[in-house]
Amino acid sequence: MASPARLELTGITKRFPGVLANDNVGFSVKPGEIHALLGENGAGKSTLVKMIYGIMQPDGGEIRWNGQRISVANPKAARKLGIGMVFQHFSLFEAMTVLENIALGMDANIPARDLESRILAVMGQYGLKLEPHRIVSTLSVGERQRIEIVRALLLNPKLLIMDEPTSVLTPQEVEQLFTVLRKLAQEGCSILYISHKLHEIKALCDTATILRGGKLVDTCDPAVETSRSMAEKMIGGSLKDISRAAGRSFGAAKLAVKALSLPADGPFGTALRDISFTVRAGEIFGVAGVAGNGQNALLLALSGEAPNPDPASVTVDGVAVGHLQARARRGHGVASVPEERNGHAAVPIFTLADNAVLTARDRLGMVRAGLIDAKAARTYAGEVIEAFSVKATGPSAMAESLSGGNLQKYIMGREILQKPQVLVVSQPTWGVDAGAAAAIHQALVDLAATGSAIVVISQDLDELLSLCDTMAVINAGRLSRPMAVAEAKIDEIGLLMGGIHGEVAHAS
Amino acid sequence: MRLKLEKRREPSLAMLVATPIASVILTMLIGIVVFDLLGIKGFKAVVDIFLSPLLASYKWQDVALKAAPLIIIALGLSMGNRAQVWNIGAEGQYVIGALCSAGMGMAFGQSGGFLVVLLMIAAGVVGGGLWAAVPAWLRTKYNVNEILSSLMLTYVSFQVLGYLVGGPWKDPNGRNFPATAPLADAQTLPVWPESTVHLGVLIALILPFVFWVIMARSEFGYQVRVVGSSATAARHGGFDSKRTIWATMIIGGAMAGLAGGLEFLGVLHKIDLGFASGYGFTAIIVAFLGRLNPFGCLIAGIVLAVTYVGGQMAQTSVHIPNSTAGIFQAMMLFFILASDILVRYRIRVIPSAKAAGV
Repeated sequence: MASPARLELTGITKRFPGVLANDNVGFSVKPGEIHALLGENGAGKSTLVKMIYGIMQPDGGEIRWNGQRISVANPKAARKLGIGMVFQHFSLFEAMTVLENIALGMDANIPARDLESRILAVMGQYGLKLEPHRIVSTLSVGERQRIEIVRALLLNPKLLIMDEPTSVLTPQEVEQLFTVLRKLAQEGCSILYISHKLHEIKALCDTATILRGGKLVDTCDPAVETSRSMAEKMIGGSLKDISRAAGRSFGAAKLAVKALSLPADGPFGTALRDISFTVRAGEIFGVAGVAGNGQNALLLALSGEAPNPDPASVTVDGVAVGHLQARARRGHGVASVPEERNGHAAVPIFTLADNAVLTARDRLGMVRAGLIDAKAARTYAGEVIEAFSVKATGPSAMAESLSGGNLQKYIMGREILQKPQVLVVSQPTWGVDAGAAAAIHQALVDLAATGSAIVVISQDLDELLSLCDTMAVINAGRLSRPMAVAEAKIDEIGLLMGGIHGEVAHAS
Repeated sequence: MRLKLEKRREPSLAMLVATPIASVILTMLIGIVVFDLLGIKGFKAVVDIFLSPLLASYKWQDVALKAAPLIIIALGLSMGNRAQVWNIGAEGQYVIGALCSAGMGMAFGQSGGFLVVLLMIAAGVVGGGLWAAVPAWLRTKYNVNEILSSLMLTYVSFQVLGYLVGGPWKDPNGRNFPATAPLADAQTLPVWPESTVHLGVLIALILPFVFWVIMARSEFGYQVRVVGSSATAARHGGFDSKRTIWATMIIGGAMAGLAGGLEFLGVLHKIDLGFASGYGFTAIIVAFLGRLNPFGCLIAGIVLAVTYVGGQMAQTSVHIPNSTAGIFQAMMLFFILASDILVRYRIRVIPSAKAAGV
């Protein structure tokens, strides 16, 4: 080795009560290298980078920086060394300008005028488009991320850590981000890129380190590997494809939404505006979109948690249910899985059996003469655990004791095994590992095959493209014209996600 | 070495039971120390307050009579607390309940019997429930905090009581004392032979079972627990939070009203300015000491009743004021609230930091 690695980890170990988050992990990042850190949720990626950035201290092992053994006491020390980090969740003040936000995040006190010229210089150098005097609340998610990137770049980092940067971006924004990252790497800045999106890693990264269960599985060259081989290393097993019958045909319209409008729920909600679409029996209908464009409001409007004064705005098998509340709609066969698991889809401090009662009590007859049939609830919870291989001690395990992915499997199973006529799910595989995600996708496909209509709301475009028959894009509370997935163009979807409607979409 | 709180995977059942017991024991120990420092025989005082009423069989009746209203009120309050409804005004609902019972009794003049007594008790239940409906309405309609509204209504109820017993309901033969006329014998509760123990005690023993079935087994109890845990999950499950607030608030008031009616019909037989004796407030302690569990309320009600009776005994034996019992009751509440954290967290002793690895 000619020059020492920019960053070298050896034998890094971090213990939390009951879990070994990192077990003897070691890899190195060369100057100018784009290094992917790949792994399922809970594989230990975040813990590892938190130790590099000084948020946590390792229990064992050593970190070398340009060959020197170092100890990173806190993020400030990390920034001093030249380590920058862009988090998945931004820390920005909505009511302040871009410039003010950047100034607040700087360790050194730089006069505003100098800072502005430096910001403009950095933006010009990397082609990052951003207006320093705009108020943050008016910016899109992609623009907000650019603020964080500029903030990190102002420190001339030698290593930039990006934590799942593309999960909230449109395909076009992802491409722009990659251009910036490639330019940075050319100038000698190393990049540690955390993701679980394999095609992005293949497109961007020079090396990939794969973690599973806190242990290092492999360090490989993404150009040589296939997405599938990396995924299998990530989950430690072989990946099953979604299997579905060829030449499926759809039945009659099952769920019809007509001119559905709902005012925003509170100052941070999104109003739904004139949404219309139809889902036929056996069809999986996808709703794509950048987070915060009304997905949540749409789910509540369909599940009945936010009923509409106009009964005809939502019909199921021709019956108007728009005015009905959640419980009455379930009576008509409408089941739903909201995005938030704890405290919305499930009660954290209840057992799984008690959580079965929450949405299945009427359809499965768990209440007799006002009394709950605890045995029926336990049996059903057991069936769900069994059918969806939920890792739990049993029906009497507390919902909060399950990992996010396992709870998601349980909740999806709880709704799917009720054999609903219409199932509306939001982010069905959020935080779920690849193996479980495949199982959930298969279950949705199987449910559709029995003649149910399914609506999948997701920010993961890949998920929608592989799962759905038809899809539409939601932006600022409006839903685009539905399109058959087989004929959908990724560019067009990207533009719709970015909020460009009408002529561009139709011209393509 | 340092101490660290660590979240448990699941709430500890052992701690759920152990902390109330430990709270009572700690209260006794602290009591001994503090009273000794004040120059009073601490050990004797604590024994008198906590143990003498249990050891002296002739005091058991007193304990039972004091425990009954505490248990009945606490059952209603703990149901509300499970739904995150904080009714602090049980004292007022108790007073209004008793007044309604009295009013119903007056409507029948001197005639009594099973039906009249039943109607009088029912009037107490309805009156207490209606009094609690006011904060429920304010909360669901205008989002007014029920802690304040229910507490303020307690003071309104005292004014109502003062007006009635000093005005329209004043006993004409009462030498101008502000009090109602004593109840006719036919309008009082049946009493166990050779004792003062009335039917209300039996009711206080049966109700915990009823509440346990409702809370643990019924769909309504499930609804209360879901609404109390997460309003969003409740909406997802198709439960109406507002209706739950109404129901638990009214049930809480109805139980307080029942307790007031039973106290009037079974013990006091008349209502005067001193009718409100703090049961409605002490029942809040009972509910928490009983862990909002119906059987817990039963046991905690007896414990608190013991301190009431013991406080009276200590007055004569160690010459400390009756209000000492109140100090002990408050101390128990402090300990139980402070130790709550142990149910969901464990304390971990971390040995002094070893040499940093990196």
